[in-house]
Amino acid sequence: MAATDKLQHPDVTPEMIREIDDIIESQKNAPGAVIPVLRMSQDVVGYLPVEVIDYISAGLNIPSSDVYGVATFYSLFSLTPKGRHRIRACLGTACYVKGIKEVMGRISKEFDLEVGGTTEDRRFSLEAVRCLGACGLAPVVVVDQDTYGGISADQVSGILEKYE
Amino acid sequence: MDQARLHLMLCGGTGCHASGSKSFHEALDAELKNQGLEKEVRVIETGCNGFCALGPVMLVQPEGIFYQQLKADDAAELVESHFLKGRPVQRLMYRDPVSKKTMAHMDEIPFFAHQMIWAMRNKGLIDPESIDEYIARDGYFGMAKALTEMSSEDIIGEIKASGLRGRGGAGFPTGVKWGFAAQAKSDVKYVLCNADEGDPGAFMDRSILEADPHAVLEGMIIAAKAINATQGYIYCRTEYPLAIQRLSLAIEKARDYGLLGEDILGSGFGFDVDIYQGAGAFVCGEETALMRSIEGRRGMPRPRPPFPANKGLWDKPTVLNNVETLANVGQIMLNGGQWYASVGTESSKGTKVFAISGDINNIGLVEVPMGISLRKMIYDIGGGIPNKRKFKAVQLGGPSGGCIPEKYLDTPVDYEEIAKVGAIMGSGGVIVMDEKTCMVDMARFFMDFIQEESCGKCTPCREGTRRILEILEKISEGRGEPGDIETLEELSEVIKSSSLCGLGQTAPNPVLSTLNYFRDEYYAHVYEKRCPAKRCVALLKFTVDPDKCKKCGLCFKACPTGAVQWEKKQPASIDKEKCIQCMACYDACRFDAIE
Ligand SMILES: Cc1cc2nc3c(=O)[nH]c(=O)nc-3n(C[C@H](O)[C@H](O)[C@H](O)COP(=O)(O)O)c2cc1C
Ligand code: SF4
Ligand code: SF4
Ligand code: SF4
Ligand code: FES
Ligand code: FES
Repeated sequence: MAATDKLQHPDVTPEMIREIDDIIESQKNAPGAVIPVLRMSQDVVGYLPVEVIDYISAGLNIPSSDVYGVATFYSLFSLTPKGRHRIRACLGTACYVKGIKEVMGRISKEFDLEVGGTTEDRRFSLEAVRCLGACGLAPVVVVDQDTYGGISADQVSGILEKYE
Repeated sequence: MDQARLHLMLCGGTGCHASGSKSFHEALDAELKNQGLEKEVRVIETGCNGFCALGPVMLVQPEGIFYQQLKADDAAELVESHFLKGRPVQRLMYRDPVSKKTMAHMDEIPFFAHQMIWAMRNKGLIDPESIDEYIARDGYFGMAKALTEMSSEDIIGEIKASGLRGRGGAGFPTGVKWGFAAQAKSDVKYVLCNADEGDPGAFMDRSILEADPHAVLEGMIIAAKAINATQGYIYCRTEYPLAIQRLSLAIEKARDYGLLGEDILGSGFGFDVDIYQGAGAFVCGEETALMRSIEGRRGMPRPRPPFPANKGLWDKPTVLNNVETLANVGQIMLNGGQWYASVGTESSKGTKVFAISGDINNIGLVEVPMGISLRKMIYDIGGGIPNKRKFKAVQLGGPSGGCIPEKYLDTPVDYEEIAKVGAIMGSGGVIVMDEKTCMVDMARFFMDFIQEESCGKCTPCREGTRRILEILEKISEGRGEPGDIETLEELSEVIKSSSLCGLGQTAPNPVLSTLNYFRDEYYAHVYEKRCPAKRCVALLKFTVDPDKCKKCGLCFKACPTGAVQWEKKQPASIDKEKCIQCMACYDACRFDAIE
């Protein structure tokens, strides 16, 4: 097992490292463990710094290039820090037809925030996702765990105000 | 169980959660307690009922009264008036947008009346977290029959007789697929459930998982017995936390009851299931890519053969089926293949779930017999187009599907018939578009999707879709040139014929179908620098036509930057300096006065 002091990163606390150790330990022998381990570790840290990826590859005994390949392939994984609040705007067809483009345009303008980016103060990050499966409510935006359906560009700032 | 006088089946699907069913539930509980009705009236949280756009929805049983758009504030009136005094509340009932009539009962509402509900048979009727309620609705009986009375050949024969075809997109006959895997020789085999539901605009799989997770497990166990598999995986997207939660619970309960695990029902047959969470890549819905992803690698498709029936997950014989496909299996075992095949068309049997969305009055999930016409689906069930606008096209089959114009609305929904008019059945997304939709823009939208989701392994798919996207962007920005349209067609043919997997092979479909039916719109963009639907921002002038302007001021209210100038009884005008081209005024103006 990789020694704990090998993982050094300002965003990763010793407590987090212990959690990651537990995750690796519990999944180590399961075939195809890389994706679940990356997902759970990302849940712990908030994103996947390079150091964490290296640490996981050492822990699972898989070449780090393979782990990298996986981390960059799936849209769930982020190698850069996220904001305190995650805005996920649906860019699925139903939402597009119902005007998500205008809603996203407003978010970008009001918070100076591009898709895939994070605000300077790390308050928000904005992601475009493909269909949240709530198309009946299109257009849909999810902030953290809260789903907002049938929204218009006008409602954007009212909704986001609540998230400090 | 103690007897309750009324059962309130309150929707607890993702859609209704988002529109406030939790806070309504709390208010309802409090109010029932207040009135001393908590023993007589029971509230049950169900899965998605299908009519999500009107959520939160609730069905009062046994009366069959349907309430919609419930708010916490409505709880007191409902309890007092309906549940205490027996006077249902008209105000909270469905009002038909066409006839303007208030309709109390679920089965008189046109949205439900034309449906034939098989795959979603338990939606809204049972508590998805209770295995007992599933069993009370004949759940696991089909599996019991398959495990104790039928051989592998019997099961496969019954599925073949039913005519069931895969609901995940390609429509491959399920019985034939199982037959191949049954013949493969191996000590280990797998059954996988594809719950990735990558097609944007489709949400039937999510809905089935949330409303009736045991039906999917039952189908998997039967498939396992048919091919003699010992282990199953459900590949579910992470974006579906509620579905994952309910599935996990269902698996746990089924194990407790001895319906999963070793020696199921004393039949000597053992099978277990685990959930595998996807990590957000559309291409992972493709079968060989999905298997790689479970193996913990990048989800890239591989050439076939070898087919998964011989070499699938970890190189072992594997069957992969879609959620909706599997949800039909238990009932087919119970009622027989002939029963299933009695509905539908020559080549497409049974029912199909469609997700109707876009510019249509009744948005939601509907299950209809195969062979019903698109027109019936859009007008009789979907209630037609809102805002007195005209129908323009309906998009079927997800990003690799096609757009169908008005003149083909009488096409019956059937795998072959839909293909004849240039679309595909796909997983059942039906997106209706009105006259305000620009077809060039839609083609651009789909190509953007495909381009981003291409795994990059084949050059034609990776580079070709990027080129198509660039050309479409150029056209919608008013920089289209003669020859562009022809280039689009050439590129499309190359990509179709030289890509490895279904994604690339179908990628150009949105472009080809819009070019086929809406070519004049492409011409208008390229040669006249005009967007007939007024959607392409770069081609708009942002001026108000004073003759058309009715001086209503709606654009003024909608404009976020104060660029619209307007006073009572004066036509509006737009200050180009302040305008950020957000289109809000267009959407607000009912008189098409802004150009
Ligand atoms: C790019 C691509 C994406 C796909 N996505 C899905 C999906 O999200 N869900 C699904 O059930 N099938 C999807 N399919 C089809 C599957 O590969 C496979 O045919 C299907 O799951 C088999 O199940 P069925 O026979 O029950 O339909 C996709 C196919 C391709 C080419
Ligand atoms: S066709 Fe496209 S998505 Fe499919 S394997 Fe080739 S590059 Fe990947
Ligand atoms: S496009 Fe937007 S900013 Fe420009 S006038 Fe219209 S509403 Fe105002
Ligand atoms: S919304 Fe249309 S009709 Fe009304 S004032 Fe504006 S331009 Fe004129
Ligand atoms: S298209 Fe946005 S939720 Fe489905
Ligand atoms: S989520 Fe409630 S009706 Fe679909």
